[in-house]
Order: sequence, then C-alpha cells, then structure tokens
Amino acid sequence: MKLLIKNGRVVDPFSGTDETLDILVSNGKVLSINKKIAVSKDIEVFDATGMIVAPGFIDLHCHLREPGYERKETIESGLAAAMYGGFTGVCPMPNTDPVNDSAGVTSFMIEKAKKVSPVRIYPVGALSKEQKGEELANYAEMRDAGIWAVSDDGRPVMNSQVMRKALEYAGSLGLLVIDHAEDINLVAGGSMNEGEVSARLGLRGIPAEAELIQIRRDTALSRLTGQRVHIAHVSTKYSVEAVRMARKKKIPVTAEATPHHFSLTEEMVETFDTNYKMNPPLRTADDVKAVIEGLSDGTIDCIATDHAPHAWEEKMVEFDRAPNGIIGLQTAVPLAIENLVLPDKISLKRMVDAFSTAPARIIGLGDKGRIEVGKEADLTIFSLKKETLLKKEDIKSLSKNSPFIGRKIKGAVMAVVIGGELHRLREK
Amino acid sequence: MKKPETRRKEILDAAGIQRSLGRLALEIFERQAGNRDFALIGIQKRGVPLAKRIAKKLKEMEKLDVKVGALDINLYRDDFSTVGTAPVLRGTSVPFSVEDKTIILVDDVLFTGRTIRAALDAIVDLGRPRKVELAVFVDRGHRELPIQADYVGLSLNTRRDDNVELMLEETDQKEALILESGEKK
Amino acid sequence: MKIGKHLIGIRGLSKADITHILDTAEKMKEISDRPIKKVPALRGKLIVNLFFENSTRTRSSFEIAEKRLSADSLNFSASTSAVQKGETLLDTVLNIERMQPDAYVMRHASPGSCKFISNYVKGSVINAGDGAHEHPTQALLDAMTIREKKGGFEGLDILICGDITHSRVVRSNIHLLKTMGANVTVAGPATMIPPHIDKMGVKVETNFDRALKGKDVVMMLRIQLERQTKNLFPSMKEYYLTYGLTEERFKLAAKDAIVMHPGPINRGVEISSEMADCRESVILDQVENGVSVRMAVLYLLMGGGEDEASN
Repeated sequence: MKLLIKNGRVVDPFSGTDETLDILVSNGKVLSINKKIAVSKDIEVFDATGMIVAPGFIDLHCHLREPGYERKETIESGLAAAMYGGFTGVCPMPNTDPVNDSAGVTSFMIEKAKKVSPVRIYPVGALSKEQKGEELANYAEMRDAGIWAVSDDGRPVMNSQVMRKALEYAGSLGLLVIDHAEDINLVAGGSMNEGEVSARLGLRGIPAEAELIQIRRDTALSRLTGQRVHIAHVSTKYSVEAVRMARKKKIPVTAEATPHHFSLTEEMVETFDTNYKMNPPLRTADDVKAVIEGLSDGTIDCIATDHAPHAWEEKMVEFDRAPNGIIGLQTAVPLAIENLVLPDKISLKRMVDAFSTAPARIIGLGDKGRIEVGKEADLTIFSLKKETLLKKEDIKSLSKNSPFIGRKIKGAVMAVVIGGELHRLREK
Repeated sequence: MKKPETRRKEILDAAGIQRSLGRLALEIFERQAGNRDFALIGIQKRGVPLAKRIAKKLKEMEKLDVKVGALDINLYRDDFSTVGTAPVLRGTSVPFSVEDKTIILVDDVLFTGRTIRAALDAIVDLGRPRKVELAVFVDRGHRELPIQADYVGLSLNTRRDDNVELMLEETDQKEALILESGEKK
Repeated sequence: MKIGKHLIGIRGLSKADITHILDTAEKMKEISDRPIKKVPALRGKLIVNLFFENSTRTRSSFEIAEKRLSADSLNFSASTSAVQKGETLLDTVLNIERMQPDAYVMRHASPGSCKFISNYVKGSVINAGDGAHEHPTQALLDAMTIREKKGGFEGLDILICGDITHSRVVRSNIHLLKTMGANVTVAGPATMIPPHIDKMGVKVETNFDRALKGKDVVMMLRIQLERQTKNLFPSMKEYYLTYGLTEERFKLAAKDAIVMHPGPINRGVEISSEMADCRESVILDQVENGVSVRMAVLYLLMGGGEDEASN
C-alpha cells in the first residue's frame, strides 16, 4: 500500500523547499514529491491541507530510564510519548542502571526499541565508565552496537584531561561528544538559578557562571583537539555568547536548547512546585531572550527536550530534595510553535531545522532531516492553528512531571510517518 | 448579601441617654451605700465608655472615687468553632485587684446573656471578687442563659430578630439608642 | 479582620495586616501578667507542632502561646518520628491530618516546605522557619519589640549583620521592615551575603564599622560553627575581630540605638558579653514578645465568630 500525503505545506530546510506539495511514499521510501499526485485505489491518502509537512523530528536529548528505572519510564512508554510529540527518532542518554557504557546495554536498548515502537532510537553511550568521569568507556564496542554519541549527561566531566581524551578518542571514531556543561563545585548543591529569586526564597542558587566556565573550558578543549563538541541544554545569556564567540573563531561547537529554557523563567520557582526544578535551572527573562536569539541566528543549532521522567512520589517532596527535570517529548513542538514561531521570533523553516535537519546533521544521520526522493520516509506533520491541551490522561510517559498539564498550548502534532508508515495522532 | 428592608427607630436621643445613665448611677450609689470597696468594669467596647461615664457621674453627684476597668471578652466566647473572622481585640485593662471587691460589670445591651457568661469567666481569671453585679443600659429580653441584670437603665420589648444599638460619642461619634425591626415573618 | 488562612511568610502581608497582628499581640501581652495565664479562646483546638529541625526556643514559645490560648498541642519531632524510617514529608503530614488537627506549626530545613504542605491540609499552616526562606513569627516579634522601643518604623535605619545567606530571619525581617517603611542595611563578609539580595530593597555593606554608622537598630545574627568548614570565614576569632559587636563599635550607631538578636547568642563570636547584657540590649524583650506574637497569630488564623458579640 502506498501512502499519499496530500496538499500539505512541505517545509524542508535541507533543500530549501517551502511550498504546498504532495508526497507519495512507497515501500518505506519517498517515491515522488510533486505539485499534484493523482489518487488511486491502492493509495492511502492523508489530507494535510492547512498542515506543515516536515522531515521527521529528532530529539538529541532524552531519558528513557530503561534499563533500571522502569518505574519512571520504559523504552516503550518513552517512545510512545516521542511519537505523540512528533518525534520519529530520539537519542536516549546513558544514565540508566546499569549505565549504558557497554555494547550489552546499547544492544538491549536497540533491540527493545525495535520490538515496542516504530520510533527510531540513536542511543548515546557513556563518556566514561559508569559515568564516573575517570576512565573512558569502550566507545568502539558501543559504536558497533549502535551508539551515535557519547556523554556523561547529568554528571559533568570535571577532569579536564578526561574531557580532552574523550574528545580526541570519540573524534577518531567519528562519535560526537555531548557536553553537560556545568562546574559541579560551583553548583554546590544549588536547586535553582542564582539570582534575585533565589536570594528571596532562600534556596541555594546555581550561578550562570557554573555553565559558562565549563562551556569556555570545553570549547577551548575543542580548539585544542580540533574535535567537535555539542553543548547540551544551553540556558543562559552568557552561554549563548560563549558559543557564539567560539563559532566566530571557527571552533567546531554545536549547541541545543530545551523548550523549558525558552518558555519559562525562574519566577515560576516561587510556587515551590518541583515541576519547575530542572538542571540547568530555569533562568531569567534576559536569559530566555538570549536563548531565543541564539535559536534564531543559529548559534543554538537545535531544540532538544531533555525529557526527564520522574515518578510522582519522587517529585512530591521538598523543593531542594526533589530530582531535576520534567518530561518534555509531548510538549516540545507546541511550545516551539507558541513561543517561537507564532510570535515571529524564529521562522517556521528555522524551527523545522532545529527539530530535524540540524540534529540529524550534528549526530551524523546522513539520510535524515530531509525529504528527498529515494530516502526513507520519516515525516512529522503538524498544525500551527490547532491547540494542544495537555491532560494527564493524554500523557504517554509513565511519569507525569510536567508543569504544562492543564495548559492550552498553540500548535499541535497531527501525524508522523516513520519508515513509510502513517501514524495518525489526533483528529483533525 | 443585602439585608432586607428594615425600619430604624430612635428610642432615645443624647439627652435621653444622659438621663437614663444618671438614674443608673444613682441606683448604683443607693445600693452600694456604705460600701466603698466596689469598682466598675466595662465590657468592650461600649461598656467601657458607659462605665467611665457612670464613674464620672458618681464623682460629680456624690464625690465618690470609683475605679474603672475594661474587659475584652472575645477570648472567652463560646462561638469560636464557626470559622470566620477573629474579632478585633480591644484589650483587657483592669489596673487594680478585683480580689474581695464588689465588681459591677457594665455593658450596653443585655440580650442572650452570652457576653455576660464570657465576662464572668474572664473576671474569675483575674482574681476572686467578693461579689459580681451587672449593670446594663438596655435590657431587651430573649435570654438564652440564666442571667439577669442588677441595674437596668431601660427595659425594651423586642422581637428576637430586632436589632438594638446604643451609639455613643466615644465609639460611634454620635449619641442615640436605635431599635431596628427585623424581618416580619 | 482576617490575615489569611496560613502564615507562610511575611511576604504577601500588607502594612495593615502587620499592624493588626502587632496590635493584637499587644493586647495578648496582658494575659501573661495575670495570676491565671490562660484564656479559653482556642479551647478544643488541636495544634500539631511539627518540628523537623531542632528548636528549643521557637517551639517552647509556640507551646506556651498554645497553652495560654487553651489549645491542645501535640509535639512531633523528627527524632521520634517516622521520618527517620524513610517516610516522606507528605506522608507524615497526611497521617497526622487524619487526627484532625486545626493547625500545624512547622519547622523544616527545606525552603518552601510549609507552602508545599499547606496545599494538602485542611487546617492552618504556620511557618516556624523553613530553611533560609522565612521565619515570619520571628520577624513579627522583632517588629513588636522595635515598635515598643522606637514607637514606629517609618524612616528607622536598621542594620542586620551576620550570615545573611543562610538566614530565614533576615528575609522575613526585610519583607516586614521594608513594608513598614524602615531602611534596612545588611552586613557581613561577602561569603555570607547572597548576590542580588539588594534587589529586595536593602543596602549591602561588607565593612561593619561603616554599616553601623547612625543605625537606630542593630540586629546581630547567630553565627553557626559549622559554616566555618565551608570557607565562609576562617575562624570564630577572626569573625569576632571583623564583625563582632563590641561596646567600642556600638558607639558608631545612633545615640539611642538598640541591640537585637534572635538568639541563641554566641558570646564572643558575633556579640560581646557586655553588649548582650547592656542597657540597650532588648534581646530578652524579644523572647518575651515572642509568646504574645504567636498568641496573636494563632488567634487571628484560627479564631472564629462574628465581629461583634451577640450580647
């Protein structure tokens, strides 16, 4: 059975396309892209009138929690959330239990994912054994099993020599290093942004400088080694400036930002609601502005969710004792539409780039992030007009730790196509 | 909520209040003849200016120096269980010992008797008077407790849902005794 | 007049609210001077004193206030509780909630924990100190003492010196004193002053002598020994040399200045013995006013009835 995506506005930053077109899919691949493709009996038609048809969205940064923390999330529930959020591929971070620092864990994740969901996974392996920041993990073994990048996400690499060696060794194997940039000594147990609000609330603060110092160090190491480094969840004005400066100097650095860092500010912590506790913490309105500017001018290449499920009872505690992070797969696209595209802060094409073409390029997925005849058909179809009302029962994740529950957000994912298979996600 | 239409009637004006108060003071003087060890304690808030006025009249008429105290009964009320607004405290100030004295409680309107019950509790927390008596400006009936006044300025026949209000210069910037008829059933 | 259901912090209270609490506290004071120091206002009400952090002073003060108002109190302290067995704060509270308490007086090391709990209980929550966030009754008793000694707040120059970063007392005091129209300066070594605290409308000064100049009220904070290990200051001796309040230094303050301290005091660390005991010291008045202020807060939060007695 063939599939025809009819009359959608096709936005493909890779080719520069932005016009109303029909896309015919057959045998999992794009067969043709044309102004008008005839409908016939053996063709399933999806009427995309009024919708955007984009290359499949890829999330460079999520936590699927399996193996080890199946109470928070499983690969199955996490990938279901990814699909409903419009992602055709995701990169799960290695902080599972056991840590994904071996081919065994990597293979388990990939095999499991294949069984439970059509959504593709591109696992990120640990940068160091057990994410301890001491010895490098077995990159080649994990690469052969299917990882696309390495990172000690959540546990910043404090030893500069280890970071240098990781960049050099990963680079030689063609693997990307994803950098959770944070000076853990300067974090000093903080649980929110250090600033006016932390001073008032008496919560220990994390200064913007904790992030800046490590970005400066790692861009310096990137220059030293000539190897690429990808800065995860850039959250401050200083960080955006540091990345921008490094790029000007032709240092091969890329960066991502999360939807919560361009949608929310530290003032939300006044509620002491632990769904506003994340790492990096929510920052100031100035920082939000800078992150959006970074996304607009391309200093920040892509949007990644940092989807971090935590069980209800883990979050229902005192603010400074709660774990960091919120789920984000199902809210990322509408938040980008509402906060970036509709207010005209970034173009629609740039948004699609940030969700698809840029992450595919950064992680090295040659065929992804584009709509091209002959390539696998992974598409994300969304509406700028529809609204998303996130209800608790609509959340596919096992964890419901989102500050957006009950909130109406403009923009909605309508369907995804993965390997030529159409998945309708909501009624028109 | 808007209250239903009511009819307000002035029962006494400033002069009338003065006359009633004079009678009340005289009665107290006559009944306390020979007893020099009595004191007046006004119940917050209108009982306090009343007690002071009575003391002043006793001084003017009979050259008698009578001590005056103020009693706030809000911390002794029996209707605390209903959640609402905590009544504003005006304070208790009894700058003399009540021990072995005759204490005459003074209040504006005697109605259910609950205020007086609370006042009796409050008084015994301050010490053990030899005797406690009650002087009220108006007795409007409808008692809910076995309490009666020893000195009454004026007795009024009222319905249960009527409202009797004594307004005094010190607390209300005006002198009048008002009867407000409640809803007719 | 209602000041709200809970007392989580001074922030959010208006000038009128604060004045009302202080007025009520003044009226409560007389009860403590009576031969029978008790009124039946909160008879039959159950108040749970939920202390997850050690406190003798604040808890005793609350307990006395509860007893003077005839409430029944239940003391629940972390050392004897299920918390040590791994129960979460919320579960602990939900268990107690089934015993139908009318109010919780709570102290906890985490900022915001009282606010958190207030979302899940029927009764009132009174914050007796949540981490470095707020300690509203302390600020109120400080204010009551200042008002007694100084007659008001408008235009007063007030200095608070010590570990500003870790002090809930400071934050509540800043909110209160600023609301009432006083000028507040905070002082201490920069290691103990959070950046951005100036945005709360206070002056920041690291030189103690300069900070003291012309102040009407000098409030010293307790220095905790364990801070020394975190590089906030090198030694107690050095702290006393630079930030200890001595008679010599106190001469820099205004002529009729008063000395305050939320206690317990460390003689020879943040304050000299002479200063703690001097004529200008109102430290023990603060303790005394603590009971009245807590009585007022309990009465105003839990008191019912109409505004006028029904005669």
